Amino acid sequence: MPTVIIEPITRIEGHARVTLQMNDLGQVEQAKLHITQLRGFEKFCEGRPFPEMPSLTARTCGICPVSHLIASSKACDDLMAVQIPPAAVRLRRVINLAQLLQSHALSFFHLSSPDLLLGWDSDPASRNVFGLMREHPQLAKDGIRLRQVGQSIIERLGNKRVHPSWIVPGGVQSPLTAEVRVEIRAWLSEAMEIAERTYRLYRGMVKRFKEEADNFGDMPTMYMALVDGKGNLEHYDGLLRIKDSDGHVIESGVHAEDYASVIAEAVESHSFVKSPYYKPMGYPHGLYRVGPLARLNVAERCGTPIADEALAEFRAISPGKPVSSSFHYHYARLVEILFAIERMDQLMADNNIMDKKVRARARGNKNRGVGISEAPRGTLIHDYNIDDEGRITGVNLIIATGHNNLAMNRSVLQVARHYVKGPTISEGMLNRVEAVIRCYDPCLSCATHEVGRMPLDVRVLDVNGVETQRIVRG
Amino acid sequence: MTSEADLNNKSRRPRIATVWLDGCSGCHMSLLDIDERLVELASLCDVVYGPLVDAKIVPDDIDLTLVEGAIATDHDWHLAIELRAKSKLLVSFGDCAVTGNVPSMRNVLPLSAIYKKVFRDTAATPAECPKDGVPSLLDRVLPVHQVVTVDLFLPGCPPPANAIFQVLSDVLAGKQPEPLKLTRFGA
Repeated sequence: MPTVIIEPITRIEGHARVTLQMNDLGQVEQAKLHITQLRGFEKFCEGRPFPEMPSLTARTCGICPVSHLIASSKACDDLMAVQIPPAAVRLRRVINLAQLLQSHALSFFHLSSPDLLLGWDSDPASRNVFGLMREHPQLAKDGIRLRQVGQSIIERLGNKRVHPSWIVPGGVQSPLTAEVRVEIRAWLSEAMEIAERTYRLYRGMVKRFKEEADNFGDMPTMYMALVDGKGNLEHYDGLLRIKDSDGHVIESGVHAEDYASVIAEAVESHSFVKSPYYKPMGYPHGLYRVGPLARLNVAERCGTPIADEALAEFRAISPGKPVSSSFHYHYARLVEILFAIERMDQLMADNNIMDKKVRARARGNKNRGVGISEAPRGTLIHDYNIDDEGRITGVNLIIATGHNNLAMNRSVLQVARHYVKGPTISEGMLNRVEAVIRCYDPCLSCATHEVGRMPLDVRVLDVNGVETQRIVRG
Repeated sequence: MTSEADLNNKSRRPRIATVWLDGCSGCHMSLLDIDERLVELASLCDVVYGPLVDAKIVPDDIDLTLVEGAIATDHDWHLAIELRAKSKLLVSFGDCAVTGNVPSMRNVLPLSAIYKKVFRDTAATPAECPKDGVPSLLDRVLPVHQVVTVDLFLPGCPPPANAIFQVLSDVLAGKQPEPLKLTRFGA
């Protein structure tokens, strides 16, 4: 029984490899996603003063450092037992959504659109953002600009695009100025034009991808996300809601500090990243998904007009039930981009965001603090313990990409069984295996905060484990 | 440097590779933060290997390689050596590559302590460290120059986009880049 290895998996964040076990008929029997980086944050942060945690844990990820800064600062707010000033909450919400915008733009335009627009079977040498610049210059320009708007908002608020130090325990470092407010609102208006244009373009072409939608991780799972008090889309605060595969709510409002009552993590021998599962259902039946697809499946509404119109169109894919194909993460991401821009503008329009009081100061007043938020890729949990001197004694991080580990493995198997068929395996077949991973937009530096990396390579081994074919792209 | 003279040879387009080893990808994000200048960069050179493109093997004859991240596994080690052998100019790209930075914070601990914390103490199904299809961690995380010869250091966490663009432009124009005038450790 030969094994096919795909490595490294490209156009994703981080390091991974896929192995496919083939049978003698040239069909895929088994597939595994190996995540191959492990870093040890949960251990080496022990002993550090807790106010260092936002800056330290931001270094788990350069794509979504703001998510870590937010979840970590919220855990520190909890340790300090403070309620942070309302303007600080508003400003944190804006920077969190700015990051969602830039990260979703990166995923859609820079990483996945080469597959969608140039084709899964197109020449691998130009199937990338640079090829996109040649073939679809306007779309590439839009993608670069949309990401730039998100990054620029982060930079104007936080003084730096990647790893800003502005989000701190107790709030943010400085209030908003009138000048920056005007500048950001002008960018948002331009971003909305690009986002609506892109949404319409994608909506017009999504029907062409029926085969992909039916086979790229189309499966019944649970879905988990934060929702606000009305059950609407929420990225900064709120309670955890879980729905089953039919769309019934099975957990209506889990508080951040109680996450361990619904989530446990299993270890698989083939990956450095653990596999979280819904505890009451056990492992591996407690399979759930997080991220843009899950958030739209879990929420009642977005809560902003343009995004809600798009949400209604998104839900028409699967009336009355959750949208079950991971291929539609792309679609969900575009809906969330609309939402992020609308919500940021609402927040910036409200004069309360200008208040000069933006930071609460305190020492550690509790020994445990939990921070939760929705990162671009899904629910992010930072859980810290400190001693009476404020030194970290325990850290548990449950990362968005980690939650999707089980679902990504299932999806890789589904795609591989449908598209990868021997005896001759083509490059395009294998690119589809990678493409389903791209749907989840995994962030493996994040997922491997423990120790890790995720590459993709395909090798064929015989029964004795001897390599008979290795597929490489050059 | 003669390698830069070669780069200035107009007979073919310069070939650039990028790689992320043990880091957070923030340096690559800062590279993308050159925004619309990406189009200009793409008109001057070809990106032939790295996470943004689909090549699965490291090609020969690379003019310049940006190495983000520290060396943390046997896989990182071998890849760094392969890239060095195939690259005229190798740049240590960002603080993790230059110094080990945050990834090297684990160096004060034995690997067994990390494995115990991650796969036993915080797992519902305590297990040994995964071994199937994953690389081996080195017991010390190393900066890139401790494994291969580095031609240029471009520090920063991450290096600012303008510094990255300036250094790439200088190299592509055959000029001697001066990264330490543009960025510093921790920038």
